[in-house]
Amino acid sequence: MSAAWNDAEATDIVRRHKSKEGALLPILHDLQAAFGCVSPAAIRLVAHELNLTRAEVHGVVSFYHDFREQPAGTHVLKVCRAEACQSMNGEKVAEAMLKRFGVNWGDTTPDGHLTVEATYCLGLCSCAPSAMLDGQPMARLTPESIDEIAREVGR
Amino acid sequence: MIRIFVPRDAAARAVGADKVAAAVEAEAKRLGQDLQLVRTGSRGLFWLEPMLEVETPQGRIAFGPVTAKDVPALFAAQFGATHPLHLGKPEEIPFLKRQTRITFARCGIVDPLSIADYRAHGGYLGLAKARSLGAAGTVEEVTKSGLRGRGGAGFPTGIKWKTVADTAADRKYIVCNADEGDSGTYDDRMIMEGDPFALIEGMTIAGFAVGATKGYVYIRSEYPDAIRTMERAVSLAEAEGLLGEAAGFEIEIRVGAGAYVCGEETALLDSLEGKRGQVRAKPPLPAHKGLFGKPTVINNLVSLATVPAILADGAKHYADLGMGRSRGTMPIQIAGNVKQGGLFEAAFGLTLGQIVDEIGGGTHSGRPARAVQVGGPLGAYFPRALFDTPFDYEAFAAKDGLIGHGGVVVFDDTVDMAHQARFALEFCAIESCGKCTPCRIGSTRGVETMDKVMRGERAEANLALIEDLCQTLKFGSLCALGGFTPYPVMSAIKHFPEDFKRPPLRVAAE
Ligand SMILES: Cc1cc2nc3c(=O)[nH]c(=O)nc-3n(C[C@H](O)[C@H](O)[C@H](O)COP(=O)(O)O)c2cc1C
Ligand code: SF4
Ligand code: FES
Repeated sequence: MSAAWNDAEATDIVRRHKSKEGALLPILHDLQAAFGCVSPAAIRLVAHELNLTRAEVHGVVSFYHDFREQPAGTHVLKVCRAEACQSMNGEKVAEAMLKRFGVNWGDTTPDGHLTVEATYCLGLCSCAPSAMLDGQPMARLTPESIDEIAREVGR
Repeated sequence: MIRIFVPRDAAARAVGADKVAAAVEAEAKRLGQDLQLVRTGSRGLFWLEPMLEVETPQGRIAFGPVTAKDVPALFAAQFGATHPLHLGKPEEIPFLKRQTRITFARCGIVDPLSIADYRAHGGYLGLAKARSLGAAGTVEEVTKSGLRGRGGAGFPTGIKWKTVADTAADRKYIVCNADEGDSGTYDDRMIMEGDPFALIEGMTIAGFAVGATKGYVYIRSEYPDAIRTMERAVSLAEAEGLLGEAAGFEIEIRVGAGAYVCGEETALLDSLEGKRGQVRAKPPLPAHKGLFGKPTVINNLVSLATVPAILADGAKHYADLGMGRSRGTMPIQIAGNVKQGGLFEAAFGLTLGQIVDEIGGGTHSGRPARAVQVGGPLGAYFPRALFDTPFDYEAFAAKDGLIGHGGVVVFDDTVDMAHQARFALEFCAIESCGKCTPCRIGSTRGVETMDKVMRGERAEANLALIEDLCQTLKFGSLCALGGFTPYPVMSAIKHFPEDFKRPPLRVAAE
């Protein structure tokens, strides 16, 4: 679970990486890991510490699919929508998942338990279709796998 | 004592390898049996994963696909040939026996986080050889091997290294491209999780050859297992003095942030510099002005991880394999709707039909294989009529395709090729870095137009529009994301025209 914004802790994170060459991505990753997203406060702090404009930092944050401006749900399910998974009925399984959890791609369930996101290949293509739940790989998914996921996320 | 091997590869874990490993430990404990459990990489026989191996006086014996529930019975049968999951010696399984494993010689066999194991299986012989040849001699040897970049473009690795070696600078870099964004591919991932020291040694050799002291491995964030294993491997190598100041070469792991285009080398460099991952115009080449403006070798992970074996066994051994200008071996990744999906390293020259029908065993569904996409999301779809195409850079190019990073994704006859063409355009729209108009905006127009085709709306005129758009993408794009999207789109239209002739949809009654 990510913590609430804390200026001192965030400054620590930034300063840990600051001397690295091209430190911005490692900083943003660690800030997001600690606080669940890259908030406007985070952007302000990073810009100040790295001597960049806020627009520059925002430009980077918004470019990459991984960085969130809002925290995700307690659990994050990334479902592969790329070709190998498509060839194994992945789209049907994915649709059933969205339906089961009552969300669209990128949405979080109203209770905040689960965010479902599309991803394009997890490198599990020989065991398609696949997904990743909180960083844990899952493959050879079937409609029954959805119940398993639901149990894991408490829904 | 009993020694058991269970993969820690992410795909094996995704189908239950951790549960199998836990069950093995629990059962050994219950039986009071002394156990050494080794978590290896995967051999790449993914339809048999989780594949468990046990050490016997005759060598290792494999069982698979194993579930946690099977484990007590395996112990009860004393891992004998009578158990229904018994596969015999892994090296004798035809899928593995037919391979020529050079890059993947150790993967699935060694403990990926044991330097002792790595050395016991030929590790660090390549670096020793490089040192004896000297820097220029090493570059020469890589050139002679005929190794071409495995990231997709197939550029000769030795020539790239020579350019960097010949460019004077106070600082140079080695960058490993481990972004592996192409769908249907996973060999970079397998090496990182199964034989990470091969990459570390390969980068160290590259650094020695061109005079670079710092290396970066840029790994996509979708690979948390690979990131963890690589970070561990780097610190283990540092602890043994194989990396770090004393070794004259250091490596830092960097993590991408979910942008396909960051696999493109100049976008990757911008991303490493902490910027938006936008493609840079060339020239200058990264070899002249790369990371932070310094001469940089940027290579795909497999290119780098193959170098130690090339040096250890000599360039000739590698160059003697293959066909035409495609020398050596290619790790072919067979995926999608296929019976025997997995990694198949072989000399160039197998036909696509051999790969799909013989090695892959046909489709998983048992229905006819209808289309095969080779080379990732920017690769062409080939019909059965092109199954005689040999796996070779030039042969695929001659058929308006590409082998790219070696992914082979099989589709059965339920595939809708108009849907696949639409997806290729949609993917381009999602992942465009935004620099070129045709790629940024044209792709979205393409999706809309394809929707019309699929609804049967003026199909012919709209297909002509898509063809025009593909021409614009091909010639008006700075990089292959826009420039190659026409491959999947046009190949689908050309080889599967019947899927694009749709009756107009009737307006649904309210
Ligand atoms: C859109 C795009 C994505 C790419 N993705 C990758 C990738 O994920 N991994 C990779 O090694 N090369 C990728 N490439 C190719 C690289 O630009 C580059 O050719 C390669 O890293 C050079 O290494 P090599 O000579 O060892 O192949 C991509 C190219 C483009 C245009
Ligand atoms: S073709 Fe697309 S991804 Fe490539 S540089 Fe142009 S806009 Fe960026
Ligand atoms: S295509 Fe889905 S995991 Fe690779």
